Amino acid sequence: MMRLVVIGAGMASGRMLEQLFEAGFAGEVTLFNGEPRGNYNRLMLSPVLSGEKTYAQIVTHDDAWYAAHGVECRFGEHVTKIDRERKVVVSKRGETPYDALVIATGSAPFIIPVAGKELPGVCTYRDLEDTNAMIAASRPGAKAVVIGGGLLGLEAAAGMAARGAEVTVIHLMGHLMERQLDPSAGYLLQKDLERRGIRIHCTGATKAILGAERVEAVLLEDATVYPADLVCMAVGIRPEVRLATDAHLEIGRGVVVDDQMRTSDPAIFALGECVEHNKQLFGLVAPLYDQAKVLAATLMGTEAAFRPVQTATKLKVTGVDLFSAGDFADAPGREDIVFRDPGRGVYKRLVLEGDQLIGAVMYGDTGDGSWFFDKIKSGEDVSGARETLIFGPAFQGGAQADPLAAVAALPPEAEICGCNGVCKGKITAAVAAGAVTLDAVRVETKASASCGTCTGLVEKVMALTLGDSFTANANPPMCKCTDHTHEDVRRMIKAQGLKSIPAVMQELGWKTVGGCASCRPALNYYLISDWPLEYRDDRQSRFVNERNHANIQKDGTYSVVPRMWGGVTTSAELRAIADAADRYAVPMIKVTGGQRIDLLGVKKHDLPAIWADLNDAGMVSGHAYAKGLRTVKTCVGTEFCRFGTQDSTGLGIKLEKLLWGSWTPAKVKLAVSGCPRNCAEATCKDIGVVCVDSGYQISVAGAAGMDVKETELLCTVATEEEAMEVISAFVQLYRENARYLHRIYKWVAKVGLDWCKAQIADPANRRALHDRFILSQRIYQTDPWAELAERPADWAPIADLTLRAAE
Amino acid sequence: MTAMIDIAALDDIPRQGARVVKTEAGCVAVFRTADDQVFALDDRCPHKGGPLSEGIVHGTSVTCPLHNWVFDLATGIAKGADEGQVRTYPARMENGRVLLDVSFLQRRSAA
Repeated sequence: MMRLVVIGAGMASGRMLEQLFEAGFAGEVTLFNGEPRGNYNRLMLSPVLSGEKTYAQIVTHDDAWYAAHGVECRFGEHVTKIDRERKVVVSKRGETPYDALVIATGSAPFIIPVAGKELPGVCTYRDLEDTNAMIAASRPGAKAVVIGGGLLGLEAAAGMAARGAEVTVIHLMGHLMERQLDPSAGYLLQKDLERRGIRIHCTGATKAILGAERVEAVLLEDATVYPADLVCMAVGIRPEVRLATDAHLEIGRGVVVDDQMRTSDPAIFALGECVEHNKQLFGLVAPLYDQAKVLAATLMGTEAAFRPVQTATKLKVTGVDLFSAGDFADAPGREDIVFRDPGRGVYKRLVLEGDQLIGAVMYGDTGDGSWFFDKIKSGEDVSGARETLIFGPAFQGGAQADPLAAVAALPPEAEICGCNGVCKGKITAAVAAGAVTLDAVRVETKASASCGTCTGLVEKVMALTLGDSFTANANPPMCKCTDHTHEDVRRMIKAQGLKSIPAVMQELGWKTVGGCASCRPALNYYLISDWPLEYRDDRQSRFVNERNHANIQKDGTYSVVPRMWGGVTTSAELRAIADAADRYAVPMIKVTGGQRIDLLGVKKHDLPAIWADLNDAGMVSGHAYAKGLRTVKTCVGTEFCRFGTQDSTGLGIKLEKLLWGSWTPAKVKLAVSGCPRNCAEATCKDIGVVCVDSGYQISVAGAAGMDVKETELLCTVATEEEAMEVISAFVQLYRENARYLHRIYKWVAKVGLDWCKAQIADPANRRALHDRFILSQRIYQTDPWAELAERPADWAPIADLTLRAAE
Repeated sequence: MTAMIDIAALDDIPRQGARVVKTEAGCVAVFRTADDQVFALDDRCPHKGGPLSEGIVHGTSVTCPLHNWVFDLATGIAKGADEGQVRTYPARMENGRVLLDVSFLQRRSAA
């Protein structure tokens, strides 16, 4: 009679034994398990942790089952050695002989090697002991920190939060569950979890776990400290292969097995999370059950072969619907179909390769998950249904879905605009009464006038009512990633309080995964402008010049321009510039149109050093590359000129010192002339000041580039102080309202000079604009050179292999 | 034959960004995507020689900073109406380190 020894009573070996007995296995079975209990459904530990299930409910094989099948249970007894020569396993109670041995040791949680990892109160999330430790520590008001924002970590966090603990999740990556989700879906998940009171700290690297007797707090690399009564490490698992390694079986990342689950020793088999098959590891339950079936057949002498299948995962947090299946990484030749329904917090992404569906991620509405999973598994040609595929089975098989037909079918009382409670009938009535443009409908009904996400729907209702005479919003969408215009995006960022790029992309239904080189810099600017305190500049969403704080030239070198306030310099500054030019072998020194000195042809890796030299001489970045204040050009005014009426040089310097720093939609150039002879050419600038005897004429919206246009008078003021307040308020008005990359003259042409005048003429409004500008300056009026010159390594090659090649 | 060598830590490359590796055969741009995939391409746009390492990275594409040509990071092929291809090199991430296949250098020195 065959003596079968099984090491490990997990889900895989449990299923294998079931299959074996069903097939009529007649041998003796000895089952070892390190945990002092038999087989339970490990996947259901999360409902136990959250209190939705008890341990008894998740036991899959109880003592009676083992007894009925004559299994000798050696629970709580570790196998310490496998002697392959003599075919015995060694444990505390001696040796146990085998004819066939099954290694099912599963996996061990990965412990990050930080100080304090062995303190009492630090646990992993693997077995019932861990679960019980977390339950015990989750009394209301207790503080728990979970390290790891993947599937397991989030289930642990949600479970403890459900029991009343204050939970913080620390995640190394930029967004949660990055292996399953893109940043936008990660944002939705984070928002859902935060709504449940779980604090999420992304891009957080754990430096140490603090505590004297037991855990007290977690310290991050960025110096954040989170107090903690319990710390759960859920950063990943790795196959438990120690026994197999000691027995000199073939090991890769796991115990290597063939299609019959046989290891390099024909009498020894392995299955579950500890195995490696075709260089692949397995962590999900479906393939483990397939392995169990194959191994049972092999042990019964029947032919069977293990073929891994596609797998699907679901996050088991009550109320959070997340489903992912197949392969959804970006790769060449793959296409994404993205669907977002911001109102319901729904995100769906399908990944196609050729004519096949190979991956799916869904958040918020996972009802069609299994239908997509079937399509992935079958590998069927989905090209015919491509247009409507993402809408799931409900939309298949019939006639081509017509988006207008769906709107036409809506009854008059159907709500179109949720913000303002506007129904379809009200919109059709307004259109019938003469509101034939979107703006007119907005004015008449308030539909789409708040958050704006219903704009598309409102337009469809208008199109149905007006027929061919309807022309959709003539304003083109921002880019191919979205149907919204720049203006709508700006409005919705403010109305909905969107404070990150993933938040904008999700809530406004972006059609691509990571945006493009056109929308990313625009979104980055809008967020900087609208949330100066909350939003942090995303350097990777900037064009090269603003990222490197220098203008790239056609040969990949850069130009360096130090600021010269009002175009005034000194002999000491000129000497420092000359020295720098010599030291870095600058090929050309040129005087610019804005009264500055330009050092052209500087190599990227020299930038930090040349900046440091110019900083040492008291100069800061001239922002000659920035969508921000470039220059204030001046004439010499009353100081030297016999015609000067005011101190134009002094005012120019004051304006430059007031305005430099904050980002604007496009570059901003000023000039101040001391008399109407206008030597500083102030009347073709974005903002120009012409001094007269009685004060200062402030005019705006000039151009002297692709278009040439004279400025128009905004207002005339009597004092320098008033001039400065008017100009800073006007710049802020531009910052808050213009489309990205529109110079002031283009923006004024859209909104009208009269509107600008009215905004500035109201003293309270003007003051408020000025104050908001100063608030932004508190954060952004810093010299980027000083900051970046301290990190020269970032500007050099990451590695130099030129020496290596000579070997 | 491949010759994977350890170039740097993954964290030395900003997400949605790139860093440059200097070689005898010119500069190679090593990109890191938002989801931590790494790709290596010649740091030279076939259009006018722009440094691709300074472009904006979106999804698995990069936009050249000089004239906005867009390249697929995996294949090096220009997208949209533009035609051209940048040479790519095998690269991968392993245990937080970036590995680059430098066999193209050995072939060069052996030649």
